[in-house]
Amino acid sequence: MDHYGNSVYLIENLCKGCTNCINRCPTQAIRVRNNKAVITPGRCVDCGECIRICPHHAKKAKRDFIDATDKYKYTVALPAPSLCAQFNNLEDINILLSAIKSIGFDDVFEVSAAAEIVSEESRKYIASHKEQWPLISTACPTVVRLVQVRFPNLCDNLLPLITPAELAGELARKQAVEKTGLKPEEIGIFFLSPCASKVTSVKNPIGMEKSNIDEVLAIKDIYPILLAELPKFVEQPEDLSRSGKIGLSWGITGGEVGGLLSDACVAADGIENVIHVLEDLEDDKFSQNLEFIELNACNGGCVGGVMNVENPFAAKAKMQHLRKYLPVAAARSDKYGEYNVNWTSEVEYQPVFELADNLKESMEKMNRIEELTKELPGLDCGCCGAPTCKAHAEDIVKGIARKQDCIHVLREYIHKLSEDIAELSEGI
Amino acid sequence: MADLMELNYVVSNEDFTRAGEASSDVKKKLKQLGVSPEAIRKVAIALYEGEINMIIHAYGGKIKVTISEDAITLILADKGPGIADVEKAMQAGYSTAPDKVRSLGFGAGMGLPNMKKNSDRMDIQTELGVGTTVTMVINL
Ligand SMILES: Nc1ncnc2c1ncn2[C@@H]1O[C@H](COP(=O)(O)OP(=O)(O)O)[C@@H](O)[C@H]1O
Ligand code: SF4
Ligand code: SF4
Ligand SMILES: [Mg+2]
Repeated sequence: MDHYGNSVYLIENLCKGCTNCINRCPTQAIRVRNNKAVITPGRCVDCGECIRICPHHAKKAKRDFIDATDKYKYTVALPAPSLCAQFNNLEDINILLSAIKSIGFDDVFEVSAAAEIVSEESRKYIASHKEQWPLISTACPTVVRLVQVRFPNLCDNLLPLITPAELAGELARKQAVEKTGLKPEEIGIFFLSPCASKVTSVKNPIGMEKSNIDEVLAIKDIYPILLAELPKFVEQPEDLSRSGKIGLSWGITGGEVGGLLSDACVAADGIENVIHVLEDLEDDKFSQNLEFIELNACNGGCVGGVMNVENPFAAKAKMQHLRKYLPVAAARSDKYGEYNVNWTSEVEYQPVFELADNLKESMEKMNRIEELTKELPGLDCGCCGAPTCKAHAEDIVKGIARKQDCIHVLREYIHKLSEDIAELSEGI
Repeated sequence: MADLMELNYVVSNEDFTRAGEASSDVKKKLKQLGVSPEAIRKVAIALYEGEINMIIHAYGGKIKVTISEDAITLILADKGPGIADVEKAMQAGYSTAPDKVRSLGFGAGMGLPNMKKNSDRMDIQTELGVGTTVTMVINL
């Protein structure tokens, strides 16, 4: 992990330098240098878009693996709600939870159960903090990172509550300590994650000093193992599920808002839509009475996460089927004793796009960028390794690229050179 | 103090969906310049309202943004119908917007008051049948 703790990274030998990813990145974090894609630390928000688009599968997400269970005396798995939507004909969540236990965990604690408590706490927080309306959902770490690097004026609107996965980790460890008498650090809390973004948020926590989760596994890595185990539990699954419709629905867009039981809320999903909403929010374009905005970086919500297996829309259908017979909510806060859901550390603006640390110098640089942009062909072809001519101009001014990295500029330069040579040789 | 940077935009009234392009570009640049979030917020709101007014009430126009070390100046000039009674136009809730515009959610009569609220100095020069120039200064 680098200083910024991104989990999306490049596998160099697979990268062909094709530039497919550079245009897709919502924060223009990628450049192709020496035929390899390079991610600028600090700018990457771990949205996974480059993983989705790379035709050579050269982008991957760092994560932990199931053999990490050996490091602990007692382990608890925290399945994300979206995991339940990955399987065909799953009629009962207990079948899945039993199968999870059987692949090497001592216990399971559904993130959806914790999500119901977060819904409850969110309702209270929103009702008592009108001055922060509309509050912005903080369940998707990519959204929080995006706000931190691009929307300084919206940092105060972030809902300062930990994610359902973090609360699940907290409650699961507490229960395990009570049950086993072991020390907290002897217990391994494993989050079964739909995305890279959640891996990052465990290594580099948001609103807290240290994560409550020890290891993050990818749903797609454990999927095949689970698939083999599921049939064994179809007949007599253990009664393990503690969540209802509200909790499970957090896995799809609109689910978090559904748990708020209020009409003055909206939900948007997909990174482009999220950015659009944040832009408009920054300009005060939403109604003053809007209480809450749910934002998920992935299409369809977490079922669209890049470490899932199933197509997000098929997953959504499965989720809807599965939740049909569930109670509205099953997990209530009073069943879990003491816990903390509030952020304990500040989430501040990170000005990674600033050109210099004082206005005068920044303006000089920006003026040069504007001039240089005019001298570039305006094709945004990506051949220079930057997503746009403008971005290339920025890189030149920052001293990390040369004007001639643009092949059109280079061609003109060579053309001029050959004319000069021709002229010279005529003189001989 | 000499102006250190100047940005120019042409606002067209042909395409409503493009309203806000200038304010969004200015916002992006101010972030890169490291201008304080508070000032960016004021500029974004004031400029967006002004841009919308040019589109709804005039026939588009030109925006000039100058940035110096101590202030951002926004000059919005149009060759529209002009404002008959500026004092009235400045009142919260006053609007002459046609129903068609109101049905799109604009025309609440809060534009000019919001522009005033978000700038440290605002001046309106207007002449009926000639046009309107709104100048706003946001101190840094
Ligand atoms: N650029 C302009 N040209 C002509 N009239 C304008 C212009 N800007 C504002 N006005 C007039 O001032 C009134 C109030 O403007 P504003 O407070 O923005 O409210 P709204 O745009 O909702 O009507 C408008 O209804 C319009 O009559
Ligand atoms: S994960 Fe997203 S933000 Fe990070 S480099 Fe890839 S596309 Fe850009
Ligand atoms: S929407 Fe969900 S799955 Fe996608 S990045 Fe955000 S938290 Fe991860
Ligand atoms: Mg207006």
